[in-house]
Amino acid sequence: MPVMSTTPPAATTGTVPRLKIQGVGRDFVTRSGVTHAVSGVDIVIDRGEFLAVIGRSGCGKTTLLRMIGGLLAPTSGSIEVDGHNLWRGSQVDESAITKLGFVFQESNLFPWLSVLDNIALPMKLRGVGKAARRARAGELADLVGLGGFGRSYPRELSGGMRQRAAIARALSTEPELLLMDEPFGALDALTRERMNLELQRIVLETTSTVVFVTHDIPEAVFLADRVVHMTPRPGRIRQTLPVEFAKPRTVDLTTTPEFNEIVRRLRHDIDEED
Amino acid sequence: MSRRKVMRILPWVVTPALVVLIVAGWHLIVTVGQVNPFLFPPPGQVGEKFVGLITGGTVWSHTLITLSEILIGFGIAVVSGVIVGVVLGKFAWLESSLRPLIVISQVAPKVAFIPLFVIWFGFGLTSKIWLSALLAFFPIMLNMLLGVRSVEQGHREVMSSLNATRSQTLLQLEMRSVQPYLFAGMEVGIVLATTGAIVGEYISGSEGLGFLVVSSMNQLDAALTFALILWLSLMGLALYLIVNELKRFFIPWHESVYSLRNAAA
Repeated sequence: MPVMSTTPPAATTGTVPRLKIQGVGRDFVTRSGVTHAVSGVDIVIDRGEFLAVIGRSGCGKTTLLRMIGGLLAPTSGSIEVDGHNLWRGSQVDESAITKLGFVFQESNLFPWLSVLDNIALPMKLRGVGKAARRARAGELADLVGLGGFGRSYPRELSGGMRQRAAIARALSTEPELLLMDEPFGALDALTRERMNLELQRIVLETTSTVVFVTHDIPEAVFLADRVVHMTPRPGRIRQTLPVEFAKPRTVDLTTTPEFNEIVRRLRHDIDEED
Repeated sequence: MSRRKVMRILPWVVTPALVVLIVAGWHLIVTVGQVNPFLFPPPGQVGEKFVGLITGGTVWSHTLITLSEILIGFGIAVVSGVIVGVVLGKFAWLESSLRPLIVISQVAPKVAFIPLFVIWFGFGLTSKIWLSALLAFFPIMLNMLLGVRSVEQGHREVMSSLNATRSQTLLQLEMRSVQPYLFAGMEVGIVLATTGAIVGEYISGSEGLGFLVVSSMNQLDAALTFALILWLSLMGLALYLIVNELKRFFIPWHESVYSLRNAAA
């Protein structure tokens, strides 16, 4: 399998990409020596692009996303958001991190806040006034299909609904870049399928740029414009595959031979790793 | 009737029935069993004493004294318990260096300190307040320590992904997430604060409900002792219910409150 270029099509040359990752690596020092969790990763992501990162557990995909999200400092390389360096040594640059929205595998909603207050939390931290917060949180609750549940506590929601609320919370500051770490990994297959459709709709409506980490190959192919396949020890990019189906995509796409050919190819490559 | 409804009504039927049964059994033992009423007075006599107690004037002023000892002592315990618990929870090196001392002071029978408190603070309210505070301090402090340590890592990551400042994390996350632990500590603490004040009054001084219990004992008036114990229990219950009500108000979202409310709904 040839290693494909990780640079996007030539259309972007000249403009500043949304996200530019160059030679990024992360080492962890353990008792048995140094582990290269991520090594020499280069990715450039355009505005409005949906990038999925797949690979087995331990391939460094979550570590990579945490570095992009400002949660973990890289040991080498640079990450630029809209041309601003995200990391200065082990410190995050404030103007860069405020352009990001992070969705975790667990919804991580605060149990003492209502759904609306959870959605409004990032705005509260930024000093947005109460009335403006309320209004925007209400709009976002509608956008993610939680219109009637604004005053509920997270414990009163199903897993899928909690993840919707977490997505709304991440969107509340209108991030330039949405980072999602296996956001639907804990959901059942049927809910997951519905959430994928919902996410596609939300992303198209908000014209967000997304980096989406998953270990589910069909999910990655269904959602993404490009799929990055990472391999472990050290975690690096094995290949990048463009997915050129028109959007919005429907569930019917997943039964077409073209779709399944891409899924089959990726699965084959992942199986071939060892 | 649905199962849920039965569950809801059950305690309201069973509890009074049990009380009636116990009182009747008590009465039966005393009358049929030929027990000396000076040692074990029949319930009717205790009831009379109890009514006399609350319609008479003196018990109220003594109650006020005991209550203020409990509340001031409890207040000191809450404030100091929260501060010490948060500091020890935040600075692991401090906690590990002080741990032996904490364990020793925790297992020490704290009522043994009363004579010392009397020597230091005299026979008045102050010595009882300190005993009450000392007893209530530990459960509150230890729960706070546990609470600060138990803030969910995922919640912390949300705050750091939102670039929250230290004070924002303290106010919006840590202070909120320790509340269930604080109330767990306070529920134990209020009972211990009550115990502390009363035991303090047993040992020294000339006022408060504990003092009344001891003087009723000295008069060999067992019915009055029973009536005072009943009164003390009701006061303790009231204090506990107030703390419990505060909990329901401040953390309606928490498992301990939410599940009860929903079981009752």
